[in-house]
Amino acid sequence: MMRFHPGDEVRVRSWQPPGHIRTPWFTRGHTGRVVGMLGTFGNPENLAYGGDGAPRQPLYRVRFAQSELWSDYDGRPGDTLIVDLYEHWLEATR
Amino acid sequence: MAEETHMHRRHHDMGGLDAGPIDRHEHDHAPWEKQTDAIMRLLVAKGVMTVDELRRGIEELGPGAYDAMSYYERWISSITGNLLEKRILDPAEIGRTMDEVRHRHETA
Repeated sequence: MMRFHPGDEVRVRSWQPPGHIRTPWFTRGHTGRVVGMLGTFGNPENLAYGGDGAPRQPLYRVRFAQSELWSDYDGRPGDTLIVDLYEHWLEATR
Repeated sequence: MAEETHMHRRHHDMGGLDAGPIDRHEHDHAPWEKQTDAIMRLLVAKGVMTVDELRRGIEELGPGAYDAMSYYERWISSITGNLLEKRILDPAEIGRTMDEVRHRHETA
């Protein structure tokens, strides 16, 4: 069951828990748009400590404007970056 | 962002930080590096450990060791740590084997 679909605007949760986290620090709290769905995978935050990865998590490709991620970005205005992010790290913006 | 909000930014999660120049040279792998890769593949295939555990172990090396070690040194350190945690290896067994290998090299 997927919560998000291509075209949806999402915000990466700004959680700062300890542990093994696959959500890059530089994306946290930032807003992007879902551009694809990669499948459903065991949760690495659980697998990393010997768990079975359940419940499995949908993994999305999320596109960010570079200027959204880096306040001092001085590349071209239309530059973007795509990051793979698990569903439990994403929230709807509306 | 204030420094205290970086409490749980782990050292490896360095995207966007100044990391200096990147060495883009191609290089050959030493036999022990290929063995390390093979050991990891076997451990995953046999369900002993996951790549997520490998990564977690690497992240827990600490900033000093993480920076000083090469890629496969990080791998074998994490593999060893994970096998100790799972009680598949024990420290005495590793110590004994390291002595044997050292002796073999000295007398070779």
